[in-house]
Amino acid sequence: MNPRSLQTTIIFLVVGGILILALGGFFGSASQRLDLGLIQLQTWFASRFQGMQDFFTAPRDIISLRARNAELEAQVSQLQTQVIELQQRVNETEILAALVDFSRTNPESAYKAAAVIGRDPSPFLHYIIINRGSNDNIRRGMPVVTNQGLVGRVDAVIADAARVQLITDPASNVNVYLQNAEVSAVLLGSAGNAASLDMIPQNAVVKPGDIILTSGLGGGYPPDLIVGQVVTLRTLEFELFQQATVQSAVDFSRLDIVLVITNFRPVDIAPLEP
Amino acid sequence: MRNLIAFPLLLLAVILQSSVISQIKLISGSADLLLVILAAWTLQENVKTAWHWAAIACLLTSFVSRLPWFAFALGYVTVVYLAQALQRRVWQAPLLAMFSVTFAGTLALHLISFVVLRLSGAPLAFNDAFGLITLPSLLLNMLLAIPVYTFIRDLARWVNPPEE
Repeated sequence: MNPRSLQTTIIFLVVGGILILALGGFFGSASQRLDLGLIQLQTWFASRFQGMQDFFTAPRDIISLRARNAELEAQVSQLQTQVIELQQRVNETEILAALVDFSRTNPESAYKAAAVIGRDPSPFLHYIIINRGSNDNIRRGMPVVTNQGLVGRVDAVIADAARVQLITDPASNVNVYLQNAEVSAVLLGSAGNAASLDMIPQNAVVKPGDIILTSGLGGGYPPDLIVGQVVTLRTLEFELFQQATVQSAVDFSRLDIVLVITNFRPVDIAPLEP
Repeated sequence: MRNLIAFPLLLLAVILQSSVISQIKLISGSADLLLVILAAWTLQENVKTAWHWAAIACLLTSFVSRLPWFAFALGYVTVVYLAQALQRRVWQAPLLAMFSVTFAGTLALHLISFVVLRLSGAPLAFNDAFGLITLPSLLLNMLLAIPVYTFIRDLARWVNPPEE
């Protein structure tokens, strides 16, 4: 072996040995410091290179990116509109499905679905306007319901619209029946959005949560329509009747679609009243 | 001729009132767009059609509402009268006049509505009506007064261009 190849072999062995020792972790902190220095150096070079690359290529990219961004933004707004429309359709479908279920479970009545298109401009009155009128055989006095319960009754009709008095209207009174207590009472509207029960006999045992149904007395509404439930009861010994506050079954602030019971003819008992 | 804008504008206002504004409730009160529009229109300079606007507003609102037409007629006439009276006195502070007319007009219309409904048999309690309906409605009408006044001022300049 000549001296040159011996020297090369020794250098390889030394370098290889150092490498093996470094990989085996024998140089510890020294190799870490070296790594850190190398990494910092590489980072510095890479960031400078990146900056230069951006500087030279950016103008072209920005134009194309802006165009692409505008295109994507247009797509996003279009998709958002679609999502809103579809969400609206889903909501309508859910409401209609619930109403169809309701009409199937109550086959004795004939229903006509109507959309709520407005409310009375006066805040003192609780009336809604629906998009069905005399052209759809809607008549004054017909009860209006949702799948949740009683809404009110038709107060006035024109060809393609009708005005419905809600059961929360201050002038509204509905003869009702307390299911558990088995007594009759009168549901009264008020200036606020709450309804209350009056004319509950003093000896009746009424509890919060008792279900309230229409009684059918007076002929204004068909019997057994759900109205709501008792929330609190007020009993005063010196009064003739008990009163109660009522949680209505229907959320009147979110009325979108209602059902008009078209085969019910209200009975006008006014001539019989003293 | 431009005065005919009253018909489509008030018709649109009634539709908006019935379908949108009546649904925006504060407790049980809601704003009255027509009342605020009438107040703003009457307070503009060179406007001579305020009574016509009041009549159209009354006619259109009565068609939608269950409240008797004369309640709206009395209420809107009061608003126009108040606005005309105030315009002569505080013409240099139009927004102050606008707020004053809106405040007094709302109170007047609500008082008239309350009396008419009580006379027709609705068992309304005064405290409930005032606390749950009138006070919140006053606040909403006041909030509506500024944007409506600005819009109506521009409209009035278009209908009655200032003479140069």
